[in-house]
Amino acid sequence: MPDVEESIRAAHAVKSERSTNNTKRAFRLRIPRIRWRGALAIVGFFILWDLLVRNQAPGFDSIPSPLAVIQIFFKQFAFTATYWHSWFVSFQRVMYGFILAQLLGIPLGLILGTRKRVNYLLFPIIELLRPIPPLAWVPLSILFWPTNELSIVFITFIGAFFIIVINVYDGVRTIRKEHFWLAQSLGASQSTIFRRIIIPSVIPSIAVGMTLGIAVTWNVVIAAEMIASDSGLGRLTWEGYVSGSPSIVVVGMISIGIAGYLSTIIVDYIEKRMMPWKQLS
Amino acid sequence: MNTTSGALVGKNISKTYAVKGRADAVALKDCTFHFEANKLNVVMGTSGCGKSTLAYILAGYIAPDEGNLTLDGQPAKGPIGNRLMVFQETALWPWMTVEDNVTFGPVVRGTLSRARAKARSHELLDKFGLGDFKTKYPEQLSGGMKRRAELAQALINSPDVMVLDEPFRGLDVMSRELMQEYFLRLFEDTGLTTIFITSELEEAIFLADRIYIMSDAPGRIVDVIEVDLPRPREVSCLTTERYRELKEIALKSLYGHIKTEENDFAIS
Repeated sequence: MPDVEESIRAAHAVKSERSTNNTKRAFRLRIPRIRWRGALAIVGFFILWDLLVRNQAPGFDSIPSPLAVIQIFFKQFAFTATYWHSWFVSFQRVMYGFILAQLLGIPLGLILGTRKRVNYLLFPIIELLRPIPPLAWVPLSILFWPTNELSIVFITFIGAFFIIVINVYDGVRTIRKEHFWLAQSLGASQSTIFRRIIIPSVIPSIAVGMTLGIAVTWNVVIAAEMIASDSGLGRLTWEGYVSGSPSIVVVGMISIGIAGYLSTIIVDYIEKRMMPWKQLS
Repeated sequence: MNTTSGALVGKNISKTYAVKGRADAVALKDCTFHFEANKLNVVMGTSGCGKSTLAYILAGYIAPDEGNLTLDGQPAKGPIGNRLMVFQETALWPWMTVEDNVTFGPVVRGTLSRARAKARSHELLDKFGLGDFKTKYPEQLSGGMKRRAELAQALINSPDVMVLDEPFRGLDVMSRELMQEYFLRLFEDTGLTTIFITSELEEAIFLADRIYIMSDAPGRIVDVIEVDLPRPREVSCLTTERYRELKEIALKSLYGHIKTEENDFAIS
């Protein structure tokens, strides 16, 4: 048998070496390619925008040019504390709502998936509340919570909460029965199965919930700020509109876009750290 | 591991699944068998004849509706470590390294310290040609390697019986043949009571001490064929006269008991 073993081992060694070489090479080639194409596309976008505004294309008569936006940004925002405070406030609301949604949503999803009786009791309530759009909670939330700040965080929380609950719940339900059975027959206790089989099984679903959740959270926080707050990036954008300065509106929009993008990067990073076994192939 | 244990005997085992909106599916009916200890018992049947259901019952994952199962004379109930199963599709936990997968059993039961379990897993993994893959995740392994890792994961627990449900299905021809030989050596070294389920006749004859022919659903054992090819078995036995004879006997038995589209009646 040694020759068979050896040949298998040798074949796999060659294979794995080849694949790592490939990924390395692909890595080196691919990133610059995406970068220059992406950069080109962004430059193209700004040129197109500028041309449309310059030539007074229909509907573009009150839209500021990219140059005007940049000028306003550096003149009125880049070096003022209020602008960066808006960033800070919005980020803070998103983070509070998002983290709270994870802290409560993940355990609830796990319980719904593993405890039948709790499921029968709570799931109908969740299905009743889930279809209500987060922004429909704004009026009630303002009446209920003592401060505006709390109601915005609450609405943000609602935005991510149901998404994470449903994703984790689905994750538990789709665990392969073989994964349970194997652990059972190897003598694992209920708590070991929970810690070492169920939790890791649902991590990919938690990650999906986080990706969707962070996007919804930004949506909700911006809208909520426009309706019910005197601070944050959403408020900044709205004030630009109210005061009749479209350049400020665009500064706000771009800021929100960048903020959302940054949070997605952070969430992606966390997700990758949660699933080391997914980073291979 | 050469003890005479692991005789798995089933009497009149039946299992029916309720299917929503359709007639109940009878997977097994009056399935009676005597799997001998320290033998390589192969259960052979066409797909959909209830083989996997039988495997789950043998491993204790599902309970039969009727009939009883005994292991060495004692009633066998529930999934306990003395009957371990290798599943049709890999059941290695993707979030654990190969080593953690293998040491899981002894560590959670506390039968071996973590260090001892680790050392033992290294022995097994080295033996199975996975020495360089201890710290890899299952996704990084080929199909054949996953199968060997699963064998190590089961064997580290010194089970009395191994149940393998079409373990080499889905592997390419080359790796399947390698794995069959590999498995044959492993069995001939350990003498571990094995129930190997397959739908491939060549595989059945090449591996088995005895072939248990299973009828179409509802499944039951309808014939037992003694395979007297000499051990240790080599690939060369596939070209012998005896192999051809056995194949003919088995085919005859299969066609006698299994409905096919052309052969829509059961001669039993």
